[in-house]
Amino acid sequence: MVDEHEQTAAVLDAVDAIADRIDAETDHLTDLDSAVGDADHGANMSRGFAAARDQTEDMDDATPADVVKTVGTALISEVGGASGPLYGGSIMKASAALAEGLTEEATIEFAETYLETVQDRGDARPGDKTMVDALVPAVHTYRKSIEEDDLPPLTALSKAVDAAERGVNYTVPLRARKGRASYLGWRSVGHQDPGATSTLYILEELLDVAAEHLDGEVDRDATSPTIPDEDLEE
Amino acid sequence: MVGIVVVSHSERAADGVAEVATEMGGDAGIVPAGGGPDGGIGTLAPDIEAAIREADDGDGVVVLVDLGSAVMNAEIAIEAVEDETDARIADAPLLEGALNAAVAAASGDTTVETVLEKAEEAREYRKLD
Repeated sequence: MVDEHEQTAAVLDAVDAIADRIDAETDHLTDLDSAVGDADHGANMSRGFAAARDQTEDMDDATPADVVKTVGTALISEVGGASGPLYGGSIMKASAALAEGLTEEATIEFAETYLETVQDRGDARPGDKTMVDALVPAVHTYRKSIEEDDLPPLTALSKAVDAAERGVNYTVPLRARKGRASYLGWRSVGHQDPGATSTLYILEELLDVAAEHLDGEVDRDATSPTIPDEDLEE
Repeated sequence: MVGIVVVSHSERAADGVAEVATEMGGDAGIVPAGGGPDGGIGTLAPDIEAAIREADDGDGVVVLVDLGSAVMNAEIAIEAVEDETDARIADAPLLEGALNAAVAAASGDTTVETVLEKAEEAREYRKLD
């Protein structure tokens, strides 16, 4: 594991990359949210991550956990919609898992705590057409790839991003059961969930930044999860 | 006296509900927390947290919410003050719940539990027949 200072640099790079990506996708997220929600997801997320970048820019000497926590509080303070508590509150709570630095175990615990907090706060389950549909496959795939398949974290994250993407696609044919989109009933079917989509964008940026800092190659065609070898199952 | 916080996506709605509840509830301490960043539609956990602190005189606070992110942001605000303040969300309609809570709190000799219970009785109210 690299030293704490470099870990913090990686986290700050991630905040920067996510803020840029969300800013670039603002209109697209707003379009998705116009179809099923109140058309504020792009603007809310963009404002939130811009604030997160501003509030963390002088944190070069802070711990990675403190930077992540500050991102959470910035989102809670600046996002007026449900994404504030869901993203911000969950990031803030999960940041405690990184207290000992960005170890493999810590990143798994961070991911699982984040997922649990989102599910508790939003009371959403897989299939409800929410960000949970991207998160559950991503978090499960990440953990399984590391703990069961002994894959390096970067490969595991790549598979997790792949799983999240398929989760985002899975939201399209579902009827929404949570949030503003649920008011649309059957008319929500056929639309891609904005929260699942922004979750995927964030994961994609985390992967890119992790690849840069770990000098690794990223194979975004990775199929996830690793399919068990049938011979071994017999 | 138990304090009351009124949370709405609209600043004007929160102010208005607090105004009506104050009219009915007399002396109860009612603090509105409405609107998102820059006064737009939404709710903000830090604003709700500040309102809870303002409403609390030591006897605790009952929080009325409208819907969606108001519930989640109120939960985050309550977690932020939980070491100092006994604050609870009422599972009740905003206006009727706020009125009930205001009357209960103003009648004195009440606890967070009893004010919460009164607020939640508003769930059963019918308006016709």
